[in-house]
Amino acid sequence: MNDMSSDGYVTADGRKIGGVLMEMKNITLRFGGVKAITDISFDIREGEIRAIIGPNGAGKSSMLNVISGFYVPQEGEVFYKGEKRPQMKPYEVARLGIARTFQNIALFEGMSVLDNVMTGRLNHMKTGLFAQALWKGKAEAEEVANRDVAEKVIDFLEIQHIRKTPVSRLPYGLKKRVELARALAAQPSLLLLDEPMAGMNVEEKEDMSRFILDVNDEFGTTIALIEHDMGVVMDLSDRVVVMDYGKKIGDGTPDEVRNNQDVIDAYLGVAHD
Amino acid sequence: MSAAFLNALEVMTNGLMAGVLYALVALGFVLIYKASGIFNYAQGVMALFAALTLVGIMEGQVPFSHLINAIFGTEIHHFGWHLPALVAIILTIGVMVIFAWFVQRFIFRHLVGQDTIILFMATIGLAYFMEGFGDLMWGADIKKLDVGLPQGGSFAIEDLTIGWAAEGERFYGMYIDKLDMVATVIAALLVISLVLYSQYTKQGRAMRAVADDHQAALSVGINLNFIWVLVWSLAGFVALVAGIMWGTKSGVQFSLSLIALKALPVLMLGGFTSIPGAIVGGLIIGVGEKLFEFWIGPLVGGATENWFAYVLALLFLVFRPQGLFGEKIIERV
Repeated sequence: MNDMSSDGYVTADGRKIGGVLMEMKNITLRFGGVKAITDISFDIREGEIRAIIGPNGAGKSSMLNVISGFYVPQEGEVFYKGEKRPQMKPYEVARLGIARTFQNIALFEGMSVLDNVMTGRLNHMKTGLFAQALWKGKAEAEEVANRDVAEKVIDFLEIQHIRKTPVSRLPYGLKKRVELARALAAQPSLLLLDEPMAGMNVEEKEDMSRFILDVNDEFGTTIALIEHDMGVVMDLSDRVVVMDYGKKIGDGTPDEVRNNQDVIDAYLGVAHD
Repeated sequence: MSAAFLNALEVMTNGLMAGVLYALVALGFVLIYKASGIFNYAQGVMALFAALTLVGIMEGQVPFSHLINAIFGTEIHHFGWHLPALVAIILTIGVMVIFAWFVQRFIFRHLVGQDTIILFMATIGLAYFMEGFGDLMWGADIKKLDVGLPQGGSFAIEDLTIGWAAEGERFYGMYIDKLDMVATVIAALLVISLVLYSQYTKQGRAMRAVADDHQAALSVGINLNFIWVLVWSLAGFVALVAGIMWGTKSGVQFSLSLIALKALPVLMLGGFTSIPGAIVGGLIIGVGEKLFEFWIGPLVGGATENWFAYVLALLFLVFRPQGLFGEKIIERV
């Protein structure tokens, strides 16, 4: 890392990373007596690709769920765009401009690809209930503008050929891509990806990696992602948080993390004596 | 044309129109079931409650007058006004929206994530509560509902069709109820607007999203509670329309809540999750039971209309449990 001042830094490939977009402070999450996350702090900076990695059951998905409001931590604070975020419902978090995908794909199976992507635009539709019911004028103009954004995202992720296909008929890899499209359509300030490459073959993984990089590059979207595949993470991300048994054991550039003894132990296993 | 054919045609037309009314009730079920997985046993009572409220508002009845009189020893029954039907209908819609909010706020918000059987039991409780509540609020007597819809047979159609029969045959023209015709048109408009609303508006899209996947809906910023209130309001509106039609036909009385039972076979046929299914299911049952009564009824002593729909539904349950249009049930092993 060249420069870690509070105003951001410049990556190895020359992208400028901005200030802190989101900061997690001393987050602890318990399910009954089980601690899923123990006192974890880290930040996400504007424009970067931030990865959270760790072995199975490390608490990565729980952390993502805390960020997106699906879980409420017992302790700790979440700061977003410099302000402390009060306790919020998931839909309220989404309205702040935080979009996400799910590990086990949560798409609207009965709808077409286009309709799915259009649901990502719901937060950008401001006309009221009655204007919508009558639909003319303002609501219509809004629909057209939103449709435009959706179509651009569809083009960008190269899924034009399946625009009208019901999602339930798509293969797994494409579903993952449609889910990404829906999240992108919201034009989020922060995009959360929960294992975007889980269950994919090598070719699909390469495609998805390319799309993630392109999204970050083209729209400057800040991305936080969880991934299992170490190789993929190291190639993609600017900074990495490593979790194990709910604790943070490493945080830094891929190179720093790769050489961290705790991380090596967690991944390769170490004799406890 | 022979008189026998014309008679059958008349029976069929009447069946189609009866079917539209069944479909109207079934539609209320489908709306709520799709969006929340709740099988709303109270849909029929909602129709009754909406009709009672409409009559009460139109006639200027004092709500809870029996209760008030019993407690305070007063003798008030009426405000002494008569509201035009349209105003009363709009006010009743308001009442149904408030009702929807109450149901969501005080019952189903606390039951999110529970088993379907528990949600179903809750709606049974709701049904009996509303029946008693409607009774307390507006009184238990049978009320006449007249919002200005035409009633009785249509002479125009009778005159038009009387000449269709072949020479020398006894045929007096078709008897088609005017109210049935109006109901058909209104139901058709209602269905078309509901479909358009759910296909092309923000709330409609959100409704379909919630129906499909709660988690995904939350992640794109949909407020589930708001959508559920919206859906219950729409179901309340559909109940009001059904209540007006049935209430005009046979008076607003507590047996009105039993039309919910007529909607069950319609749902078995059409599938619980399909709006077009509710319509087609309603039409098939309406036509089916009238034609069956017309042809087979005389051979078995009549009154087949009481059981025909249920037997048909039973056959569907055996051979095509998801209904005509319902989502296919696939069990993964």
